Amino acid sequence: MTISFSNALGVHEQALLLRGERSQILATNIANSDTPGYKARDIDFATVLRQRMGMQWGDLEMATSSTRHIGSPSGAMDQGELLYRTPLQPSIDGNTVDEQIENAAFARNALEHQASFQFLNGKFAGMMKALRGE
Amino acid sequence: MSLMSIFDISGSAMSAQSVRLNTTASNMANANSAAGSPDQVYRARHPVFASIAAELLGDADANAFAGEQGMGLGVQVMGILESEAPHQERYEPEHPLADENGYVYYPNVNIVEEMANMISSSRAFQTNVDVMNAAKTMMQRVLSMGQ
Repeated sequence: MTISFSNALGVHEQALLLRGERSQILATNIANSDTPGYKARDIDFATVLRQRMGMQWGDLEMATSSTRHIGSPSGAMDQGELLYRTPLQPSIDGNTVDEQIENAAFARNALEHQASFQFLNGKFAGMMKALRGE
Repeated sequence: MSLMSIFDISGSAMSAQSVRLNTTASNMANANSAAGSPDQVYRARHPVFASIAAELLGDADANAFAGEQGMGLGVQVMGILESEAPHQERYEPEHPLADENGYVYYPNVNIVEEMANMISSSRAFQTNVDVMNAAKTMMQRVLSMGQ
């Protein structure tokens, strides 16, 4: 019997990484709250995570050794989709960042990051317990 | 490491906002600086913000989404523009700087606009500090994994 980390840790490892990436996107939105013409971006977390998990579990990918190579469809899907936020009200400079929405999303994402971390930490604690056998 | 780049992103925003606060301070300080000719009169300065493209930051691998079109990684100040709004001319013949017609020239600084800019930039600065603190907490938590 072999212990595979991806089997043992489940979705939480990918979820924690993706939470980190999403927090970067949201931080960029907040940083650009006064930039004329900047469009707020976000990802659909569930869709992207499902795509990444699907990739990990056995999809065959075409090798790409140059940036000009076209990857397999599943490889292209791995990028997920960086979407644009729909603004609630127009602004005169074309900026679509709503600071309150971005702040709330960032805080929520930070909390969900903590949740993912706690699950992952629990997995590690469980493995340690099993290894010690006390 | 995407959490690490939040420090760059929020840092760039904080530096851009402090440039804005700097120009606001300069405009407010010079709001009543008189000049003897229209060429010498102080003009209100405003920074122009633009988002930094991901590839310029050389950090395209940090986030899988960074390569996508239009995904910025922070803010930069493109430059500082002098306002083209008309300056004020006041008839003050007793003023030591008055020209031969008795006119003194005052800057085109709009105090109300500058106050709004000041509040907006200090609030935005504060928000970015909060974001940076949140990112720090998240990183510290991850560093304590397995302990």
